[in-house]
Amino acid sequence: MSIPLSWYLVLAAALFSIGLYGVLVRKNAIAILLGVELMLNAVNINLVAFWRYLDPAQMAGQAFAIIVFAVAAAEVAVGLALIIAVYRRRKTVVADEIDLMKW
Amino acid sequence: MTGAQIVFLVCAGLILGSAVMVVTARNLMHAAFWLIAALFGVAVLYALLEAGFMAVIQVVIYIGAIAIMFIFADMLTRREVRESRAQIGRNWPLAAFAGLSILTGLVALILGQPGVSRTASAIPAGVDPVAALGTALVSPDAYVLPFEVASVLLLAALVGAVYIAGIVKK
Amino acid sequence: MSFWNDPIRFVAEWLQGLLTGWGLNQSFADVLLALLGALLLITFSLVLAIFLVWVERKVVARFQDRLGPNRLGPFGLIQPFADIIKLLIKEDTTPAGADKFLYNLAPVLALASVLLLWAILPLASVIYGVDLNVALLYLIAAGALGTLAIIMGGWASNNKYALLGAFRMVATMISYEIPMVVALLIPTILAGTMSVRGIAEAQGSVWFFFLSPLAAVIFLISAVAELGRAPFDLNEAESEIIAGFHIEYSGMKFGLFYAGELLHAFTFGGFAALLFFGGYGGFFGLQNLPAFAWLNNPFVQTPVFMLKAMLGYWVIMWIKYTMPRVRIDHMLAFNWKFLTPLALVLLMVTAVLDRWLDGSNWYAAGLFFSNVVIAWLTIEILRAYGRKQRKAEAARLGSDCAQAGAQSAQQ
Repeated sequence: MSIPLSWYLVLAAALFSIGLYGVLVRKNAIAILLGVELMLNAVNINLVAFWRYLDPAQMAGQAFAIIVFAVAAAEVAVGLALIIAVYRRRKTVVADEIDLMKW
Repeated sequence: MTGAQIVFLVCAGLILGSAVMVVTARNLMHAAFWLIAALFGVAVLYALLEAGFMAVIQVVIYIGAIAIMFIFADMLTRREVRESRAQIGRNWPLAAFAGLSILTGLVALILGQPGVSRTASAIPAGVDPVAALGTALVSPDAYVLPFEVASVLLLAALVGAVYIAGIVKK
Repeated sequence: MSFWNDPIRFVAEWLQGLLTGWGLNQSFADVLLALLGALLLITFSLVLAIFLVWVERKVVARFQDRLGPNRLGPFGLIQPFADIIKLLIKEDTTPAGADKFLYNLAPVLALASVLLLWAILPLASVIYGVDLNVALLYLIAAGALGTLAIIMGGWASNNKYALLGAFRMVATMISYEIPMVVALLIPTILAGTMSVRGIAEAQGSVWFFFLSPLAAVIFLISAVAELGRAPFDLNEAESEIIAGFHIEYSGMKFGLFYAGELLHAFTFGGFAALLFFGGYGGFFGLQNLPAFAWLNNPFVQTPVFMLKAMLGYWVIMWIKYTMPRVRIDHMLAFNWKFLTPLALVLLMVTAVLDRWLDGSNWYAAGLFFSNVVIAWLTIEILRAYGRKQRKAEAARLGSDCAQAGAQSAQQ
């Protein structure tokens, strides 16, 4: 294990920024969720790297990463269900056009 | 440069390249497939970090379930957002600025911390990460409460997704 | 250590000595040997796939009261090579509007997802690719890559039948993954480990099939669904969607899908043998007696394992060629309303009994008996449900008849 911890952290930071750019810039609601997935993965890389580099006997990092997995799965399931429901009613998945509270 | 470093750099290139393609690809199906490539790279990183369980779970959950769900959603909503339409909002320079400033800020912060250039010590003998994780997730003085809350969250998400996306018969 | 006790390690150490003797770096020689090992394993499984083509054709012929290939070579053994040559010289078509890169990647990924499984399949106690401590989850992960390959091929073909086939396949695989995971958890509980070698060693005195026959049956059913073979071959369904996700593939690209499917079936036969029938060992404790120590030799274990895997493969073929195709909604209902609840109940009962009877003399008997009780209860519930449905049907028909009678009386 000759890799410095900073390599993982910088990689995760870069991945997080790319995901953030995707979330801010995309018009399609599904593509926004893709960006969110990238950001969550960046966080998970950090968590697992800290687990490995600080104290492998303490499982906090991995346990936290597993909770992130569960949250990501729930987020995608509900998010995509919402998008599909909106698409059925409004025939659009462009986030800018979904601008009414009720219809 | 050691073998592990080469593997890391190849993986990092794969992850970042695929991530850029995810946020820039015009065709949303391609974006989803690029996401799978990025997620696979992350799984290899977990294996490099000797977190075998995380690597396998990454493939099972992210590639096997989440990415497949994205592909399904792409197919179900494909009619409207065609490749010919602009996929990127008008304010993209602002977004790029936000991303870049966060990146520079984070990198400066990370490199300024003491001890970030440390390398990992070997996992102590007698510690089996998978067994330790399993015990930690269900032991009352560790993470059993978050674990149970996560299961309730998943159940709520399951019911909610079925209710929202299900076709209501009138 | 001699060649007879540990052939692979013996050859590897000899080769390593040879390579370092030539002045190669130690770690470089290690990488080279690992690559060589992977190549050997892949070559072995691909050659096996060629042989499986012949086995499949011969067995289906017997099931259908035919002879099968018998012209080329003894018993038609050369026939697969003729098939391969045919596939190689066929025109390699790519449909207009297809997504070329993904279209070409899909068959490679489909075969790769099967070859990945061979990395964790132990042929003998000393012949295996790698002994992961998360091996059974790895099995599920490789299955996820297979799903991905199919949806990739189905979408990239730009063909509605291919897309329909891919949709069906993915729906099947994602649903049947749940009983599969639960069925895999039961050997994990019984052996106390996820490592495949640990599971095989834990079955030295009694096979897990005798401890939990229901889990073996659930595993077999979900494996057949995961494979997409009849009666769950909705993804191909020649009479409905022609050939499903590989409708547009021709030549060797189709060959890769086909070889992948056959090898996948055999591999799942191997996993059934490994998880429930003792794997390479499991001679009911005989192998621990000094007089039968030769049973632990890899040259005995490997043929035994291949024989068990072939029997599992034969059962999968037997199911395929005797069952009609199930309708898609029936298939999903069967999974969600029957197989998944059954698997979850079985898991809970097994977990509790495993703790409770740990170390007692009644361990094996208790587990087996719990399985029998669960199976009996399941059958009783199904019978009651069937009776209720029949009664409702009879009542509906009866009222229909009464109405018809009343109408005709009015007229």
